[in-house]
Amino acid sequence: MDRPRIKLDKKIVDYARELAKEITDEIQEMIQQHSTVSIERTVLRLFGVDGVTDDQIPIVNSVVDKLKEWHMLEDGVARTITNAMIVLNKDVQTVCEAIVDGLDLRSLPRAPEEKISQMMREISAEALDSIERKSQERESLLEELGDPPQPYKYLIVATGNIYEDVAQARSAVNQGADIIAVIRSTAQSLLDYVPYGATTEGYGGTYATQENFRIMRQALDEMAKKVGRYIRQVNYASGLCMPEIAAIASLEGLDILLNDAMYGILFRDINMIRTFTDQYTSRLLCAFAGITINTGEDNYLTTADAIERAHTVTASQLINEQFALKAGMKPRLMGLGHAFEINPEIEDGLLYEIAHAMLTRELFPDYPIKYMPPTKFMTGNIFKGYAMETLYNLVSVMTGQSIQLLGILTEAIHTPYLQDRYLALVNANYVFNNARHLGREILFKEDGFIERRANEVLKEAVKLLEHTREVGLLKAIEEGQFADISRRRDAGKGLEGVFRKSENYCNPIQEELERRLEVKG
Amino acid sequence: MIDLRNIRPYGDQMGDGAVQLSFTIPLEYGPLAREVAKQFCEKLGFQDITVTTMEDMGENFTFFVVYAKTTISVDASAIKIVAPKFKKMTREQLDDLVKREFNRQIVVVGATVGTDAHTVGLDSILNMKGFHGDYGLERYHAFKVYNMGAQVPPIELVKKAREVQADVVLVSQVVTQRNIHIRHLTELMDLLYAEGLREELLVIVGGPRITHELALELGYDAGFGAGTTPSDVANFIVQELLRKSSR
Repeated sequence: MDRPRIKLDKKIVDYARELAKEITDEIQEMIQQHSTVSIERTVLRLFGVDGVTDDQIPIVNSVVDKLKEWHMLEDGVARTITNAMIVLNKDVQTVCEAIVDGLDLRSLPRAPEEKISQMMREISAEALDSIERKSQERESLLEELGDPPQPYKYLIVATGNIYEDVAQARSAVNQGADIIAVIRSTAQSLLDYVPYGATTEGYGGTYATQENFRIMRQALDEMAKKVGRYIRQVNYASGLCMPEIAAIASLEGLDILLNDAMYGILFRDINMIRTFTDQYTSRLLCAFAGITINTGEDNYLTTADAIERAHTVTASQLINEQFALKAGMKPRLMGLGHAFEINPEIEDGLLYEIAHAMLTRELFPDYPIKYMPPTKFMTGNIFKGYAMETLYNLVSVMTGQSIQLLGILTEAIHTPYLQDRYLALVNANYVFNNARHLGREILFKEDGFIERRANEVLKEAVKLLEHTREVGLLKAIEEGQFADISRRRDAGKGLEGVFRKSENYCNPIQEELERRLEVKG
Repeated sequence: MIDLRNIRPYGDQMGDGAVQLSFTIPLEYGPLAREVAKQFCEKLGFQDITVTTMEDMGENFTFFVVYAKTTISVDASAIKIVAPKFKKMTREQLDDLVKREFNRQIVVVGATVGTDAHTVGLDSILNMKGFHGDYGLERYHAFKVYNMGAQVPPIELVKKAREVQADVVLVSQVVTQRNIHIRHLTELMDLLYAEGLREELLVIVGGPRITHELALELGYDAGFGAGTTPSDVANFIVQELLRKSSR
């Protein structure tokens, strides 16, 4: 990608990364001591458990809840369930269905430890092999169809009905969309289970389910072959089921997941230990499946001022990067986020936007950076909003951003109409094509406004990181250092689903992931 | 002189009734779609219809921009506007007034209820910083503000209102689909009645799709739509509470 450069103080860049590393080192120790109900359900899913009970409760939830009730969860689900498979000589699905129907595992005899270990290893290897095959399938399709030029045009569908979503996605791809994200139903991030099957009812979005993933994947692949370019599929792995969503996404071949180490804590009031622990497993899966993550730093600017608090974006990007590295992710999968959210009334606001965009680009040069459109200052004046989106698109193509979530002119009014999405593409197609090689012609003035502003934000970020290392990340969040939102470590949703691992805890899926990704557990 | 009994949109001449429309027709791009678009506008009462663009959106959808004129007019002299009533006073005046008349802070609890994840509207009214240079309620000495943020279940909001002995409940509804906001607002009002809290509270709703009229219909004391500033809300709260207490 041709793009202009700015000079950042290398010593400060290195120092900032070192700070972020130390901050996350401490959290990683805590992560290793814990597991969550969602992580255990992920193990079951990858062992091959599927389906729901008569009451529409996922079988994996039902089984994990039972084990918790029997005080058997602290050891992890894997060993207990594998033992039952051996003793009863049944497959995992049959065993789990039997538990739902009342089978009590407490009274089962114990198979030889060696036999259990071997079987767990085999099942885990098989599960990861199938994810690997899916990932290779995606890569060869990408190679066959060809990768569209960046910035990729990213569009959202959110009708609540997966079949309607498919129709709208097809139309968007026809008009030039490269990435289709299905927004999930608004309250889903707070559900402690993953809904099941194809769904046609949702609010502000469509439920993320494995079947819905499959339906959209199939439709996008058909369209991709028709238009002759690879189309990426996005969903969300934030909320209470981060690792489970990552698991079903890797089984269904999704390309991108929204996955932020702190988003759930700050913006959904999910317990911090829960989120940190869950994000690790979810990112191991993403790293292994070749799924790009998109982090949610844009959200910092919707609650706080985009100029005053620009450094919180940078600090969060650096923290997200370190957490991702710990889960074995390569930079090419780290779609760190930022946004075009400066008050349009501010003189030279565009210079600030360019400076901030260049800072992100320069700090994370080969990363698939995700750039988010104006939302906070979008009004019902769709004409002005459309003008703002033009500038946003121009900054993006000029500074070489990678993933462009297209702004929608009716952002402040309702979920997009078909024509709103169409007009967003008309705008992006026009600007990206018209300014395709603008970036290679631009030299920013040495020590000019843009370069100085970028370094200034970086320095501010270092101050925040220094403070965060000093008090620890948990305390810094409690103090409200990020997004001006304060959360307590002993509060928040999903806390009851976190538990400390026993000495006998075993998670063969995670161990196999760590082994194959060469990260130390 | 404008004829108040005969108001219609203005393009470039008084009374020309010029309007621009844009919409999607779910038909394949072509003459049939164009004719449908045109006849649709005729049925809406338009004349002089010009389809200025017709574009193929694929998958049998066609996008239109249409210019048209109408002879329909509205009698503006016969309309009564319902809006929250208040005199505009400054922040200092309101702070003084509350100190004098109440001798305590007015307790305000705000939340975005239901599935709506947007706090933009609520924050711009409540946060210190405010909106467009107009300070938020937190900035006033007159108010003690509890901002519960987004996706708050109505029952939690009611609990909080009771816990902090609120004078005012402020609800925001920004993004909505299939009129789900109405359901949330009705649910909240029902709960307030069921808990016996309704009478002692001032209950206000805000959001881009909210009108005062709708708010009154749903049993709220006031509704504030787009363009509302924090000082509008502050003024209404103080003056309405005074009116209430003098009744």
